[in-house]
Amino acid sequence: MRMNRRQFLKAGGALLAAGALPVSVVEASFGRARPENFTFAYISDSHITHLKGSEFVRNWDRGLIRAISECNLLTPRPDFILYGGDLAQLGMPEEIDHALDLMGGLRGKVHYVMGEHDYYLDLGDHWRKRLGPDHYSFDHKGVHFVVLNSILTYDPWTHGPWDTPMARMKAMARLDNPKGSPFMVGAAQRQWLRQDLDRVNRRTPVVVVSHSPLQRIFKGWNFWTEDAEEIQALLKRFKKATVLYGHVHQIQYNQIGNISFHAVMATAWPWPYPSSYAQAESHLPKLTIEMNRADPFFERDATGWQLINLHTGKVDMHYLLPENRNRSVVFDHRLKRPIDQRYRSGADRIPPQIHF
Amino acid sequence: MKTRLSAIAPAGLTLTLVVLILGGADELRCDEFTREDLVRWQQEYISVVNRGDVLFHGGLGNHNTVSCDQCHPNAANTHPETYPKFQQQLGKVVALGEMINWCIMNPLESGPLALDDPDLIALQAYILHERRGVGLAAGRH
Repeated sequence: MRMNRRQFLKAGGALLAAGALPVSVVEASFGRARPENFTFAYISDSHITHLKGSEFVRNWDRGLIRAISECNLLTPRPDFILYGGDLAQLGMPEEIDHALDLMGGLRGKVHYVMGEHDYYLDLGDHWRKRLGPDHYSFDHKGVHFVVLNSILTYDPWTHGPWDTPMARMKAMARLDNPKGSPFMVGAAQRQWLRQDLDRVNRRTPVVVVSHSPLQRIFKGWNFWTEDAEEIQALLKRFKKATVLYGHVHQIQYNQIGNISFHAVMATAWPWPYPSSYAQAESHLPKLTIEMNRADPFFERDATGWQLINLHTGKVDMHYLLPENRNRSVVFDHRLKRPIDQRYRSGADRIPPQIHF
Repeated sequence: MKTRLSAIAPAGLTLTLVVLILGGADELRCDEFTREDLVRWQQEYISVVNRGDVLFHGGLGNHNTVSCDQCHPNAANTHPETYPKFQQQLGKVVALGEMINWCIMNPLESGPLALDDPDLIALQAYILHERRGVGLAAGRH
């Protein structure tokens, strides 16, 4: 079902009301016979950092607390909330527990994704103990959701000669580490995914949720998943497929064949676009219109949250951004790709955000 | 004829310089530095860049453990080529070192470094080294 102008304006009105809120909202309407519109909220990358005793880094705590409190104000209520990974900074139980204590204040069911900052201290043991399996699927109002743990890497790196588990954690936590290792979903999960998707009709809309982008953008900062193309191949037969990912702390969107890709914002801090690193080549999707560079003097600038709308069978991403104009990146059924509602490329270009 | 000469002259000069640098430096003593000097100076520079790299990646010892690279992987988005510039949030023209100090005092919740502190020099060396090849644009916002 296609969103007409009236419906868009109606949704826009709701968004205007939500406009003061730094939350991302996703709206989806996927069901085939009787499409049921619904929205879900998306919070990601909080990087809660333990110092000592009950002391945590204030800035990152405040980002998550703000996202939670503003998510609680969304009306109508999102059907559920996705948490996109990196609850913790260094995978410590204190960090995961504190983050989940804060998340306890969130109204609604939360589905969690594993991030590399949650994983590389104890290989995800504490996270799984608190939250269950790191890959799973569920169905909601005719839409099939799949959550993957996409931040695994090559075994020799993971099990390599580390002095301590914390040395491994810190090596992976450093984004620009030249001795890092690329993310991957891995053969076992790909096999599980194949079997999971086998029972899903090709007309059923599918949303795959991962921490790292299931596309290869910039290896230097692990904006990258080594076996991305193999996952994409498994999604090829579906009429409507969408991938949502965290990790990159910035707006990105792309279309590869039938698959739409959207990144979500971090609650903690923004990351620069790879193009701003002068010594390497970036493969940021050409579709993406970049955000302004962040203003460091405003602590929450270029962080954000998402409200996601699934009413067209494809995702409409509504980015709620403190100190920035909110942005909506929606699927255009004529162009068959996501477009920004305000910032366009080429001849359609309405003045874009500047990145210098 | 005059035009041709003036076109040839710079080319000839360049050739002479190339010869001097590549081959004749030892015989010609007009410049009092050697290949060994250049190597040593480069090593000194790189050792400070490397020191800056360590400081930038969590080596500052600030209590809240927040590090520069958390927001600036590979020192990206620091645009050091634009300093000194009018930093509108500070209301005056500042040098790169002063903006680094702002970061140390705010997100890193620590105390500022003296502008001639070797650590601040090292941070600037690392940041500029990661930005090498980009044209100067002092004052640009």
